[in-house]
Amino acid sequence: MNFANILNEIAKADPEVFEKTSERRHVLKGLGRRIALTALPFAVGSVFQKAYGKTTDAVIDTLNFALRLEHLEAAFYNKVLTDAMSIIPTPAAVAAFTGIRDHEVAHVNFLTGAISAAGGTPQAMENYDFTAGGTFSDVFTNYDTLLAVAQAFEDTGVRAYKGGAGALMSNNTFLTAALNIHSVEARHAAHIRQMRKARGADVKPWITLNQSGIGSSAVQPIYNGEENTMQGGVQINGIAGGIGAEEASEAFDEPLDAATVLNIVGPFIM
Amino acid sequence: MKKEMLSEPAVPNLRQSGLSRRKFFGITGGLVAAGMLLDACNKDDDNPSNNTGNTINLGSGDTGILNYAYALEQLEAAFYMQVAMTPYSGISSGEMSLLTDIRDHEVAHREFFKKALGSAAIPALEVNFSSIDFSSRDSVLTTARSFEDLGVSAYNGAGQLITSPDYLVLAGKIVSVEARHAAYIRDLIANGSFAGSDVVDNNGLDKSRSPQEVLSIAGAYLKSSLNANNLPTS
Repeated sequence: MNFANILNEIAKADPEVFEKTSERRHVLKGLGRRIALTALPFAVGSVFQKAYGKTTDAVIDTLNFALRLEHLEAAFYNKVLTDAMSIIPTPAAVAAFTGIRDHEVAHVNFLTGAISAAGGTPQAMENYDFTAGGTFSDVFTNYDTLLAVAQAFEDTGVRAYKGGAGALMSNNTFLTAALNIHSVEARHAAHIRQMRKARGADVKPWITLNQSGIGSSAVQPIYNGEENTMQGGVQINGIAGGIGAEEASEAFDEPLDAATVLNIVGPFIM
Repeated sequence: MKKEMLSEPAVPNLRQSGLSRRKFFGITGGLVAAGMLLDACNKDDDNPSNNTGNTINLGSGDTGILNYAYALEQLEAAFYMQVAMTPYSGISSGEMSLLTDIRDHEVAHREFFKKALGSAAIPALEVNFSSIDFSSRDSVLTTARSFEDLGVSAYNGAGQLITSPDYLVLAGKIVSVEARHAAYIRDLIANGSFAGSDVVDNNGLDKSRSPQEVLSIAGAYLKSSLNANNLPTS
């Protein structure tokens, strides 16, 4: 993060930026040196909001879409840790869900704060149907269904953040924050998948081809496209000995656009 | 199982002198650290681009960032190739299978960057694994954790340095796989540590590191010296 350079880039794009912030110019100069990196999203957001009214709509929309997914995940794990405690078999599993829940709640709070500071209106928590209209009717009474839904949410989250990154390129602070959330979702996904593997599911921490390892076709849209082996015009399948279609697909996760993600999570949102 | 050891011609980027000692590794039972063997093999190697003491310039702009990623993937691929060739004692079949998967992913990443960069690619790097005891599960997994967490933070930090949206997405496609690796390795060391507080902060954010921070850590495992001075800084 080079705060001074971000300001310079903005000044190049809009020479009046420093006049718009005139009385805050000394604040800006001090900020770069004094404020801890983790506090920057809020600090940057509030200063820019005063200069510009709001961060670009595309950036706000992307952050709000991420927030919408984080609300869904946070509510899911909260429900797991209240309504489904009796079916969670081990203290280790409770600890894993608790840790993941805490991260999702932290993501909700972080994104809510960032969007507010940038002048946007944060997406509120919605009402959820974690059975997805009955598709996962035993989600909180059958532990394997619970884990399958958790895997579906985490793998969807990874694809959604990847798909949203491009829209944040104009704002390095938010882009980096989103990337730092993205990899945490991938860590969660890997662990949930290992929890499922320990119970006999045919999954690995990474995604092979377009295989969900879940016995419900409802989750297939989450994995469609993951079988891709062409990356940036380079065919990965066969690029070295031992690298076939499976390995090539596992080595690269694929993005999803917001519309596709919304189709996937839509049945869970009332 | 589908997994097999990589044959030597399948790994064009790695030093032949190190890899061709596979039989030797078999004889020594993998008890000798690989870095020492690589050292011993240097003297009969005449690849000029790999000479110890050479400084390799990563370049500037997106090309520089891709070379930076290529360097890290070379390091990771070399590490896991050694892990797969000389498995640590007591390795389970499940661990062997997934660590071989990780090797394949890192080789795929390495070869992807090499092809994408074409003539702008830096040469094959010389690694220094003398600090790693490849016969020890603890040594191997601890190193793997360092590499994976470092890789995650490197890609997270590089995102804002990339100007091409296509390359940003490609970095995103790779970083989440590195994060999956990191979570798996961490769980092997201590189940439940997949996203521990040493890597994820109170906001639920993973780490991001600048290229300079990353290379100062990775440098301990490289004989080749990298010049990152021309990489973008914002």
